[in-house]
Amino acid sequence: MSQEFVIRGGRVVDAEGERTADVLIRNDVVVEVGVGLAAPVELDGSGCLVLPGLVDLHAHLREPGHEEAETIETGARAAALGGYTALVAMPNTEPPVDSAAIAGHVLGLGREAPCDVHTAGAITVGRHGETLAPLGEMWEAGVRVFTDDGNCVADSRVMRRAIEYALALPGAVVAQHCEDPALVEGGHMHEGAWSSRLGVPGRPGFAEDVIVARDIALARATGGRVHFLHISTAAAVEMVRQAKAEGVRVTAEATPHHLALTDEMCATWDPAFKVNPPLRPETDVDGVRRGLLDGTVDAVATDHAPHPPEEKDQPFAEAPPGMLGLETALAVVITELVATGLMDMETVVRRFSFAPAAIAGLSRHGRPIRAGEPANLCVVDVDATWEVDPVGLASRARNTPWAGRKLTGRVRHTILEGEPVVVDGEARR
Amino acid sequence: MKHLLGIADLDRTELDGLLDTASHFLEVTQREIAKVPALRGRTVASVFYEDSTRTRLSFEGAAKRLSADTLTFSMSTSSVSKGESLRDTAKTIEAMGVDAMVVRHSSAGAPHRVANWVEASVINAGDGGHEHPTQALVDAFTLRNHRGPSIDGVHVGIVGDIRHSRVARSNVLALTMLGARVTLIAPPTLLPPSLDGWPVSAVSNLDDVLGDLDVVYLLRIQRERVGGRGPGELFPTLREYTARFGLTAERAARLRPDVLVMHPGPMNRGVEIAHEAADGPASLVTEQVANGVAVRMAVLYRLLGAGGEE
Repeated sequence: MSQEFVIRGGRVVDAEGERTADVLIRNDVVVEVGVGLAAPVELDGSGCLVLPGLVDLHAHLREPGHEEAETIETGARAAALGGYTALVAMPNTEPPVDSAAIAGHVLGLGREAPCDVHTAGAITVGRHGETLAPLGEMWEAGVRVFTDDGNCVADSRVMRRAIEYALALPGAVVAQHCEDPALVEGGHMHEGAWSSRLGVPGRPGFAEDVIVARDIALARATGGRVHFLHISTAAAVEMVRQAKAEGVRVTAEATPHHLALTDEMCATWDPAFKVNPPLRPETDVDGVRRGLLDGTVDAVATDHAPHPPEEKDQPFAEAPPGMLGLETALAVVITELVATGLMDMETVVRRFSFAPAAIAGLSRHGRPIRAGEPANLCVVDVDATWEVDPVGLASRARNTPWAGRKLTGRVRHTILEGEPVVVDGEARR
Repeated sequence: MKHLLGIADLDRTELDGLLDTASHFLEVTQREIAKVPALRGRTVASVFYEDSTRTRLSFEGAAKRLSADTLTFSMSTSSVSKGESLRDTAKTIEAMGVDAMVVRHSSAGAPHRVANWVEASVINAGDGGHEHPTQALVDAFTLRNHRGPSIDGVHVGIVGDIRHSRVARSNVLALTMLGARVTLIAPPTLLPPSLDGWPVSAVSNLDDVLGDLDVVYLLRIQRERVGGRGPGELFPTLREYTARFGLTAERAARLRPDVLVMHPGPMNRGVEIAHEAADGPASLVTEQVANGVAVRMAVLYRLLGAGGEE
């Protein structure tokens, strides 16, 4: 790890703008950013953008309990290949991360991984939505994001107590999976024109809206922080926009799939397109895109959710929800929003790195690229096109909705704490 | 045609072709020796993940009258109870040498998945709340025989749980493709959440449109939709349903004499249909069943016989 190298010939992009510069790294620190820098080891940055390492607020790594789908190691490798230097693992493992002991176990496994692995903790014991989990003990263990993700905390009283209790834990945030369980029970796709035609029980968009509306009210009343996971409806985005204008302490993330795919994809009957919250119609996709562009949606998060083929290769209704995301997220956003001229790369850096690092309280990530900062970087060829081949992904699972799609933007190198963990698109460990 | 997965995949020419072929086979089924050698040496497997008597018997009868061999797979006696996946089951059945698989499954789209996994032709015999194409062909065929050759402009009212009904979805597509006018009649909770793109109108009061209908098509009411327990509840009581949407003896008596009454079966007598209507002269219920064999012969023949793309 104690080495010196230079990323040569790239254009550095962070919140301070874009400039042509080499980046000299020694040990785990950026020591100099400037032109004509030299070092014994060089990484080729020509034709590339050098970005702060990406931060994923929302990744299901499945360990412990479902190592047949993903492990912390394989998930972290997928993350590194996707340009991520940090991620927050979701707590819906078996057993769930609802105690400091299990959080410590996950963090321990993450220490060897080629990505900085953090874990979220459950809000309630067993993620059952009834009794508060020991949030303080998990906070002491380093947990900052609390969520029952996969499940919505439906009980208003429990949610109120969680938000209030977390006020005493500096940097802690309560994150909600916004789908009213009573309204989505038995549903497998967005309720609307397509579900009606296909005869598939639906999960209505207003199931998200009612929870977002309620939790905004709870955040306003308590003064606490709430983060909305994978926001997916235009109405929910608009409510968050108004709440933020009012000063309510809410943040939101959106996934690449909700920014780019519609519920029409379910007509293929391919369970790769089954996800919760479900893919929505064009009007919602537009609303989420607008929210991401104007900052109402703070962050892009993957909701990377691996499932083994034997579980996904079933009839639509019987397959579990979820799709892979870590290796494709940046490319999807570059393809859909940057290459089309809707978003610039500085905004990409804010949504993929600065904002998620701030929301999760990760002080070594989401930093500007300048001397003295931690060397967590990714180097991206934004013009490279590639076709997604599920078999070629580093994730243990294959359930990508982007199979066969041509995407623009490919990660060339990823630098984690000064160590090149991905070089020329290949994972080093 | 390689598969019959839904009416949504058919065009008008294919639909007319199937109905014309069914007319020919209806004549065959009425012969003294009601059997032709068209599919001798071919094997048709029925793969039923849901209980069914009439559809399965109808398909197997159709296959036998075409001299095809039949295999039957039913969930209760199968390795599904041992945890085998649909994909493995489909591959296993195909490996036994079948040319067509007739698939019924409680999950919408399951036959479409099977069609991706196997080389055999796949016929959808009902997938969840999605489609039941052969039922719609039977109904269109039956209606055509009474009002045909064209059913253009015939006003069909489909009454009942449209929301969960694969029969309704396939019939809306088939009947409107043939030019019929379709009105859906149900309480709002039993209508699909969206009718965007459906070439139909919808009302929630049967008596408002009853006098304007040429055909009253009643759907079976599933008892688990009733009552206030759990997410299935969509209307308060069977009695209230019958009073507002049932074809009661009183409503049947008000129908014009030329109005036809249809039901895909099995019927809940006294709920969606009174026995006076089910057994009355306007009822086509038995004829629908009788036509089922001829229509399914036509489907098998088109997919596997000289009418197919073999």
